[in-house]
Amino acid sequence: MKKHLISLFLGVFSIFGALSLSGCGNSSSENSLTVLNYGKYIDPIVLDMFEEETGIHVDYEEYVTPENMYTKYKAGSIDYDLICTSDYMIEKLIQEGEVLEMNYDKIPGISNLDESYFEFSKAFDPETKYTMPYFFGTVGILYDTTKVDAADVTTWGALWDEKYSGQIIMADSVRDAFMAALKYRGHSLNTTDEAQLLEAQELLIQQRPLVYSYLVDEAQDEMIAENAAMALVYSGEAALAIDLNDKLAFSVPQEGSNMWIDSWFIPKTCVHSENAEKFLDFLCRQDIAQLNFDYVYYATPNKALFDSLDAELQNNSVIFPGNEVLSNCEVLKSLDPESTKRYNDLWKEMKSKN
Amino acid sequence: MNKWKRQFLAGPYLIWIAGFLVLPLAFILYYALSRSDGSLTLENILAIASPVHRKALLLSLRIALICTFFCIVLSYPLAMILNKIRSRHQNLIVFIFILPMWMNFMLRILAWKMLLSNNGVINSILEFLGLPGIDILNTPTAVIFCMVYDFLPFMILPIYNSMARISPDLIEAARDLGAGNARVFFKIILPLTVSGVVSGIIMVFIPALTSFAISDLLGGGKVLMIGNVIEQSFMQEYNWNLGSGLSFVLMIFVIVSMMLMNSHDKEGGGAGIW
Repeated sequence: MKKHLISLFLGVFSIFGALSLSGCGNSSSENSLTVLNYGKYIDPIVLDMFEEETGIHVDYEEYVTPENMYTKYKAGSIDYDLICTSDYMIEKLIQEGEVLEMNYDKIPGISNLDESYFEFSKAFDPETKYTMPYFFGTVGILYDTTKVDAADVTTWGALWDEKYSGQIIMADSVRDAFMAALKYRGHSLNTTDEAQLLEAQELLIQQRPLVYSYLVDEAQDEMIAENAAMALVYSGEAALAIDLNDKLAFSVPQEGSNMWIDSWFIPKTCVHSENAEKFLDFLCRQDIAQLNFDYVYYATPNKALFDSLDAELQNNSVIFPGNEVLSNCEVLKSLDPESTKRYNDLWKEMKSKN
Repeated sequence: MNKWKRQFLAGPYLIWIAGFLVLPLAFILYYALSRSDGSLTLENILAIASPVHRKALLLSLRIALICTFFCIVLSYPLAMILNKIRSRHQNLIVFIFILPMWMNFMLRILAWKMLLSNNGVINSILEFLGLPGIDILNTPTAVIFCMVYDFLPFMILPIYNSMARISPDLIEAARDLGAGNARVFFKIILPLTVSGVVSGIIMVFIPALTSFAISDLLGGGKVLMIGNVIEQSFMQEYNWNLGSGLSFVLMIFVIVSMMLMNSHDKEGGGAGIW
C-alpha cells in the first residue's frame, strides 16, 4: 500500500511538472505576441485591427494592480513579450534586471509622442531606454460641489477637515494615502525619513474617525451615488465620475501631488521582440491612440492626437492637468524593501486603531 | 486481485488529495517557515504576537463569536417553529430559508452595502418617514449583521435536521410520565439537538473567523480582521511568507475549535461536513 501511495505521489508530481513545462515552450514558435496590461486599458477593437493588419496573433492578458502584475510575471509560467504598468513598478523591475532595452529606432511612430513625457519618465527610467509612456494623470480630490466648498479642496487639509466628518473616502492603498499626508505636511511622497513617516502616520490616525470608508476602485461609484462628500482618486477616474454626475468636480491641491505614468516595457521573457515593436508602433498611430483614448479616457502623451482633439477636451483640466499642476507633482519611486516594509507596517498599525 | 481493484478505484481521490490538499498545505508550511531568501525562520509564525496582528486576530475571534451567538439565538426558535409546522407546506418554508443561498454570496454582501449606504434604500425610507437614518455601514456592526444574515442558513439546517429526527414518541412518553414543557425541552429536546447545534457552530464560526470579503466590503477598510491582514500581505505587500505564517496560525485556531466542538459531538451528527 505504501509503495502505491509513493508512486501515486510521484505520478502526480510528474503530471504537474509536465504541465508547467509545456506551458513554457508552447507559444514561442508561432507568429504571436503575448501582452499583459491593466484591465480595461485598451480598446478591444485595437487588438483585432492589429491582428488583421499584421497577421500577428495577440495573446492578451489582464491584471488589476501593479502588485498583481508582479506576482503574475514572477510566477513565470507565461513568457510575456510586452507589459504595461505603473512607474514605480517598472523602476522595481528595472532594478531587478527584468527589463530589456527598447530599440526606439524600430518604433518610428514614437515621434507622435510628446518629448516632455519622456522627461517625466526619467524618474523611473533615468536614461530613457526601457519604456514608452501610454497614459498619465494625477491624484487629487473628487468632491461633491453641493456639499463641499471649492475653496476648501485647494489644500489636502480638506481631507482632515472636521466639517466633512464621516463623508471622506480615503484611498485604501498605502502609497496613495501616505502621499496625501506627506504632501499636506510639505514632504516628498518618496520620503524614507522616519520622522516624516511617523508624522504622516499620526495625521492618518487623526483622520481615521473622519473617514467614511477606505476604498480603491469603488470610490468613484460611491461618489457618483453621492454617498460621500469627497474622495481621494486618480484623475482618470475623476473624469469618468464627473461625466456620470455633473455635481462632482476634481481638484489637485496646491501642495502638489503624485503624477503617475503608465508605460510599456519589454520584459526579459520576451521572445517576439519584433512583434512587440510593431505593436508599440501601432499604438502610437494617431487613429489607434484616438480609439484607446476614447475607451480609457485618461491623459494621452500622444501629441498628434492631443492636437487633433477639440478645444473643450484639450482644456479639460481633469483629464489633462496643466503644466503648472504637473510641475508641482512628483512621480512615485520604488522604495527599497526596508522602507516598503516600514510604510506597510505603519499603514497596518493605523488601520488597526479603533 | 479484489484488493487491487479497490485501490485502483481510490486512485483519482488520492491524486486529488495529493495535488490539491497535501501539496498546497506543504507550500504554505514551507513559506510560513522561511524568509523570502529561503532561509528558515519562525518569525512569520511569531508575527501573530505583534500588536497589530494580535488585535486583528482578537477582533476576528470576537466578531466570529458574536456572529455565532446571534445565529444560535435566531436559529434555534426558528428551527422549533419550522418543526412544529407539520403540514405539507413545511418543505416549502424550509426551501424559502435555503433560497438565498442559491445566490452568490458576494452579490448578497454588495446588496447589503447598497441597502445600508448613506443614500441607500433603508435610509431613504427612514428619511421619508421622518425617522433618523442609520449609520452602521463601515463599522463592525454592519460586518456582524451581514455575517449573521449570510451564515444563518448554515445554522438553521443542522438544528432543524436534528430536531426533525427526534421521534414524537419520546416527547409523548415524557409527557405521560408527567414532565412539563420546560422539563421536556431541557431533558429531551435540547440534549438531542446538541449535535445539530455543534455542526451549526462549526459551519458558522469557522467561515466567520476566516472571512475577509465581508469585512472588506461592509467594513469600508476600517474593520481589519485577520483575514484582511493575510489578504493584504499576499496581494499588496507581496510578502507570501508572512501571509502563510499568519494563515498557519489561523489554521491552528480553526483546528482547535473543531476539536473542541467535536469532543462534544458524541453522536457524530456533524460527520456530514467532515
